[in-house]
Amino acid sequence: MMDKNKKILISISLVVGLFALLFILEQVMPSSSMLFVVLKKGAIFALVAVSMNLLNGFTGLFSLGQAGFMLIGAYTYAILTIPMADRAAVYQYFDGGIIGFTLSVPIALILAGIIAAIFAFLIGFPVLRLKSDYLAIATLGFAEIIRAFFQWDVLGPITNSSNLLRKFPTFSTVLYPFAVAGICIFVIVLLINSSYGRVFKAIRDDEIAAEAMGINLAKQKQLAFITSSFFAGVGGGLLAMYQSSIQASAFKASMTYEILLIVVIGGVGSITGSVLSSFLFIASSEWWLRFLDAETYIGSFHVPLMRSGFRKVVFSIIIMIVVLFYRKGIMGTKEFSIEGIGRFFRRLFAKKKEAQ
Amino acid sequence: MLKVNDLKVNYGGIEAVKGVSFEVPEKSIVTLIGANGAGKSTILRSISGLVKPRSGKIVFLGEEILGLGTEAIIPKGITLVPEGRKIFQDLSVYENLKIGAYLRKDDLTDDINMVYDLFPRLKERSWQMGGTLSGGEQQMLAVGRALMSRPKLLMMDEPSLGLAPLIVRDIFAIIREINKQGVTILLIEQNANMALHVADIGYVMETGRITLSGNGKELMANDAVKAAYLGT
Repeated sequence: MMDKNKKILISISLVVGLFALLFILEQVMPSSSMLFVVLKKGAIFALVAVSMNLLNGFTGLFSLGQAGFMLIGAYTYAILTIPMADRAAVYQYFDGGIIGFTLSVPIALILAGIIAAIFAFLIGFPVLRLKSDYLAIATLGFAEIIRAFFQWDVLGPITNSSNLLRKFPTFSTVLYPFAVAGICIFVIVLLINSSYGRVFKAIRDDEIAAEAMGINLAKQKQLAFITSSFFAGVGGGLLAMYQSSIQASAFKASMTYEILLIVVIGGVGSITGSVLSSFLFIASSEWWLRFLDAETYIGSFHVPLMRSGFRKVVFSIIIMIVVLFYRKGIMGTKEFSIEGIGRFFRRLFAKKKEAQ
Repeated sequence: MLKVNDLKVNYGGIEAVKGVSFEVPEKSIVTLIGANGAGKSTILRSISGLVKPRSGKIVFLGEEILGLGTEAIIPKGITLVPEGRKIFQDLSVYENLKIGAYLRKDDLTDDINMVYDLFPRLKERSWQMGGTLSGGEQQMLAVGRALMSRPKLLMMDEPSLGLAPLIVRDIFAIIREINKQGVTILLIEQNANMALHVADIGYVMETGRITLSGNGKELMANDAVKAAYLGT
């Protein structure tokens, strides 16, 4: 066992090292490189996937409302940060909208989380009484309603109806989403390792026993739901910053499914799994498999099948393979840790010695 | 210590408990025996606040506890070991014990050591996941977990369910041991033979009613009980 101080020291130096690496990469590589798209989007989806894992993996609540809460977060962020000077242009059909103030980015991001959490609190009462599939259906329905609700004409002065929201502050460096997502994920990890996390896992493992231990199921589920939604909201805010313009119609159920896939591929109940698989997933869908969408000629030979949309076919097949043969995902319920890596190398070393 | 008076409980639309009265004296072992569906589990679940009874009285240490929630009843000193053990599979043995003390805010070191003394096997497996334990070990963990709330009255729902006969003997030896340490025990069992052996007082239940009562030895000698539950 490593002592605690040493562990903290190593963790801090790893984080500093990561940020230094990202910083250097940004200096030496062209900013148009796909790598940065993957890193930015990957970090955002890592946060949202971890927030979903908190609910689905650690508390055992099968919720599919993530896109809805991201939408709320994204809109909250965008609406509150569009500079006053640009409001007339953005809200061109609504006389510049009715929001007469602009907030700073960090405050708007926190509010994005809080507003999402308030929505979660309100719908949690009726919805969390439901179990398994029924809960999934209800939360999915909620997300769809939210999507329609935000496009409602009457709300136009606030949400700009179904028109784009744009001109709000964005980030230019990859360090920004990494820092925000990193802090949020760190908080979630602290929560999961606290006595709250233990209670969540107890509820996941056996509701009846948890209840018999005096755990207030309704309250604890509500807490998990609100926390998860808060971070999904912050993730939504980050996504808005990344995309630089948002529209409610983009937050479809398929976005939730993508996040669910990330969670499943990474391992339900593993934070590091979700983070790893988020980057893998985004890299595959945005970058590595892109070539499949292009019509390709080798000499004069026209490669069959490869045309726009083929990427999704290949992607679906990969997903099916994962679900069929690697049901536990990359990490299962295990976590990636410094000690784990240490153990791995020691074992490798021991084996080599034996071989000699 | 515990007095149940004319308890009536509806469960899933039917009247599962139809006016049951019994008493659990301090420091005793009391058992309710009876076939499946007689209403035994429902009684325990009512006492621990997991089910809301329709009418009746449940008085614990002179205080009416009917209508209170589980989180209020456990601190008063009643803890239930649920049927089928129901340990938390993906939590370690140690974490399972900690959850058992969920409602307590004070230091747990003494209690954890006490449970480990009582069940040395659990100490060996402290960092193992609950789901990897054998059936007997899981039952020990379920009992240990319940003891973490420092109950005055420990209620056990079918502790012998699904365990090998030798393990059942161990479990009952432990029940006696816990009782000797001053914990009152209310236990329901289909394994009437074992239960009546250890019990000071026994009640026989049939379809929501208590039909017979007496001390353990008396009931074991009763012809009706013999025919129905002891198979002799």
